[in-house]
Amino acid sequence: MATTSQSFPRLPADADLGAPVHVRERVVPLSEIVPVGRANSTLDLVGNTPLLELKRLTAGLIPAGVRIFAKLEGFNPGGSVKDRPAKKMIEVGIAEGKLKPGKVILDSTSGNTGIALAMIGATLGYPVELVMPSNVSRERKKIVEAYGAKIHYSDPMEGSDGAILLCRKLLAENPAGYFKPDQYNNEANALAHFETTGPEIWRQTNGEVTHFAAAIGTGGTVMGTGRFLKSKSRAVQVIAVEPDDAMHGLEGLKHMASSIVPGIYHEQQLDDKIQVGTEEAYEMVYALGQTEGILVGQSSGAAMVAALKVARSIRAGTIVTVFCDFGDKYLSTNLWIGWQEWRRERLQQVIAKWQKK
Amino acid sequence: MAVRVRVPTPLRRFTAGVDEVPADGTSIKAVIEDLERRHPGMRERLLDEKGDIRRFVNIYLNGDDVRFLDAINSKVKDGDDISIVPAIAGGR
Repeated sequence: MATTSQSFPRLPADADLGAPVHVRERVVPLSEIVPVGRANSTLDLVGNTPLLELKRLTAGLIPAGVRIFAKLEGFNPGGSVKDRPAKKMIEVGIAEGKLKPGKVILDSTSGNTGIALAMIGATLGYPVELVMPSNVSRERKKIVEAYGAKIHYSDPMEGSDGAILLCRKLLAENPAGYFKPDQYNNEANALAHFETTGPEIWRQTNGEVTHFAAAIGTGGTVMGTGRFLKSKSRAVQVIAVEPDDAMHGLEGLKHMASSIVPGIYHEQQLDDKIQVGTEEAYEMVYALGQTEGILVGQSSGAAMVAALKVARSIRAGTIVTVFCDFGDKYLSTNLWIGWQEWRRERLQQVIAKWQKK
Repeated sequence: MAVRVRVPTPLRRFTAGVDEVPADGTSIKAVIEDLERRHPGMRERLLDEKGDIRRFVNIYLNGDDVRFLDAINSKVKDGDDISIVPAIAGGR
């Protein structure tokens, strides 16, 4: 039993009166009690994101017994779902003694993980270096630089695999100088979702979730969350969402058949995999903005398309998906080329397409 | 007009893994048609049903994004360098 002086200050209301009385060695001063909604560190703000039911967009498109919810991961302090695995990988690295003062955090990332690592590195005082293809969005480069991180650019023609290979080379040149969280092969990535995303979804749906669909980049979200939900109810269907072709425009997502398959991704543990086209995902981003008042990134558009496909294949159920981030950091990308044609009048055509399908 | 075309990883399954291929044509459109003849499957990845360059595909002519030139109708000269670059990079 940890003594009070070592453990997190607790509100007296936390004490369970039915349980054995925990003798406190000292009274926790009121000044140490953190009220709800106040945080001691940016890291304490990671997770506990809202779950939004998408009612307006789905009206008339899905059976009456089906509901679709999305986890709004853009509410994390670093702005994406990647805050969760980044925080966990750093915590585990420190606990195992692999990350200690004097070392630099290094990883390959096309964006959100880099942003999360840069943010966490800044809060903990560790320097961060990131390898990314030079064709990632301008906003992303500026954001990680704003957190003080350094960027190594890899060949845009080689995609994320090119960044992975350059990162391995940097590490080989100076193995003692770096700590590489290695999100593709670090089980702490999936563990973050097993410990946080999964329980949050279970709680927020009152245990009524029947389907969980998440887009795959490393596979951490779908594997970890899926594992937790299945531990609560074996009937929960866990579905991965991937681009329909190796040549796609869904930043952050991987077409597994043509990629280096992440070590933490175990396809045999999934119930299904849904492929989504880039254009239908982009159209869904526009539709979400105009019907739900929520501006998300292209991976969320893909997740929503997949959720709709699942919804139309069942009669009753509660589908939960993940909106990995908000859309503001993609405004300079090709996602918004020619978007004017998707204003209201054209939105009706997007909806009509789904009505016909 | 003979040009060289740099091919990104996701399209190399059409070029037997080669990262740079020759092609002929007097415009970007003609070059893509020629690529389709030599490497069937390429056109559908680059152009949409209307024949426009897909939004997530960037094509550079001697380093300039053809969207800021004459798009699909941009003129091509002998010896020009063309690069096909996905607008994004997979993997988070």
